[in-house]
Amino acid sequence: MTSELTRMTAAELAAAIAAGETSAVEVTQAHLDRIGSVDGRVHAFLHVAADAALAAAVAVDHRRKAGEPLGPLAGVPVALKDVFTTTDMPTTCGSRILEGWQPPYDATITDRLRRAGAVILGKANMDEFAMGSSTENSAFGPSRNPWDLSRVPGGSSGGSSAAVTAFEAPLGVGTDTGGSIRQPASVCGIVGVKPTYGGSSRYGVVAFASSLDTPGPLARTVLDAALLHQAMSGHDPMDSTSIDAPVPPVVAAARQADVSGLRVGVVSELGGDGYQAGVLARFGEAVELLESLGAKVTEVSCPHFTYALPAYYLIAPSECSSNLARFDGMRYGLRVGDDGTRSAEEVMALTRAAGFGPEIKRRIMLGTYALSSGYYDAYYGKAQQVRTLIIRDFEAAFEQVDVLISPTTPTTAFPIGERADDPIAMYLADLCTIPSDLAGNAAISVPCGLAPEDGLPVGLQIMAPVLADDRLYRVGAAVEAALNDRRGHPLLDEAKGLADD
Amino acid sequence: MPITRDEVAHLAMLSRLALTDAELDHFAGQLDAIVNAVARVQEVAADQIPPTSHALPITNVFRDDVIVPPLSADAALAEAPAAEQGRFRVPRILAED
Repeated sequence: MTSELTRMTAAELAAAIAAGETSAVEVTQAHLDRIGSVDGRVHAFLHVAADAALAAAVAVDHRRKAGEPLGPLAGVPVALKDVFTTTDMPTTCGSRILEGWQPPYDATITDRLRRAGAVILGKANMDEFAMGSSTENSAFGPSRNPWDLSRVPGGSSGGSSAAVTAFEAPLGVGTDTGGSIRQPASVCGIVGVKPTYGGSSRYGVVAFASSLDTPGPLARTVLDAALLHQAMSGHDPMDSTSIDAPVPPVVAAARQADVSGLRVGVVSELGGDGYQAGVLARFGEAVELLESLGAKVTEVSCPHFTYALPAYYLIAPSECSSNLARFDGMRYGLRVGDDGTRSAEEVMALTRAAGFGPEIKRRIMLGTYALSSGYYDAYYGKAQQVRTLIIRDFEAAFEQVDVLISPTTPTTAFPIGERADDPIAMYLADLCTIPSDLAGNAAISVPCGLAPEDGLPVGLQIMAPVLADDRLYRVGAAVEAALNDRRGHPLLDEAKGLADD
Repeated sequence: MPITRDEVAHLAMLSRLALTDAELDHFAGQLDAIVNAVARVQEVAADQIPPTSHALPITNVFRDDVIVPPLSADAALAEAPAAEQGRFRVPRILAED
């Protein structure tokens, strides 16, 4: 029964707990046991909060017995990326500078998960301050891909994607700034969604690039992702960029799973040279599948998307250099070199040099450069103009089609170490995901099979206009259902990295 | 124009990062390569194009100024690297002369 519980979807678990067929405590214990048996190899978690999780589960079971109303995720375990503040667990962002830090307040999303009855199992590993595509930038060591433990699980939300893929949790929460939810979902063969920017609160999300950072769900099914999306989203007065509008009807769309008559555009610029053959093969099959399901597929050109990657690597580091100035060793976190002789400025510089990893230092200096007088117009200013042109490309495309599609990433999961000290090679992992971050619209990655050359998962990216997040779920669920039908089982049944369990 | 080691040392000073000589050498080459790669944005003809700093057209967001209990001094100081008499203790901020 224990292993069966970890194989169930979030929707099934919530229903079984509500019906009294199992208890929240049994479900939580089953997942804690699974973490105990596999996380030594996967390293999805930086902190496992067994006592707090069991206490939350006991509370759910009490509410049920007392006949009180249960939240939509009552008793369902969740892996929370370590970038969301939590009053009862450390929040490190994968950085030495915040090692052991326990924040004095909960993020809005932490609070909403608790109110929905979700059981937070612990804090998931990530690239330091969400900068990276592999979790290799975590100061506490990389997570591993459950399909092949020598490969990366993607990043920056790679701990969340690895936990969901390894059946350590049915749901994971991540953040997406340049692809940090969709890319890890893609290379792990699961579902990941970047909601419309402003659709999910950033209050209590340690900031990387404030005009881009977007929290969102990771799950093994499209419906589960929709349930988490619904529970975590919606207007938050504590976030001045939060959209004051209802959450799009994502759960209904995931149940509808129908693409007949839908206009689908294949983005011409996202494919071809530099893409792995097996990725393009599976993507091509997904296009044919959508046509066979009744969608009208055309090719659409978005000419400025080829400049999205360079624009992003000016805008995101610029915002990062400003946001990360707050880590100065004065009020919380690491302090180094305070021996009574050094000035505050000297202590700050020593603290930041000791507390930040190499990628953080690169991006802070790159952003400082791009914002300096004399370079501002040529770099940051120009990148902001390119951002306008990318938004206009999306607007023109969405006049012709309802959704756009592309591969989620140019390659499948790469070996740990391969790109670790080659920043430009690492940045290419986000080639297809960045346009939607710059434009703020919604996008999803759903698995679309395995690349024949390496047997690793390939992701299909679907992009929808701002606040049309429901279309992602409608298309994603249709693709998921058709592929499961054709295959006869879910894709994750073929993951062999933990086969000896 | 290439990013020199001296320029990286200046950026490190502005960024309050006390980098080692080995780090300065390593980052100089990498930052130069990254800046060359991202300079591609200058190929785009965008003279009359307005910049976008933020994808959503939201300005002047207000909310009611509701009084809620603040963090206690103890909670605010709980994670301080050093505290004294209910305050953050920091290194000197002014030179001695």
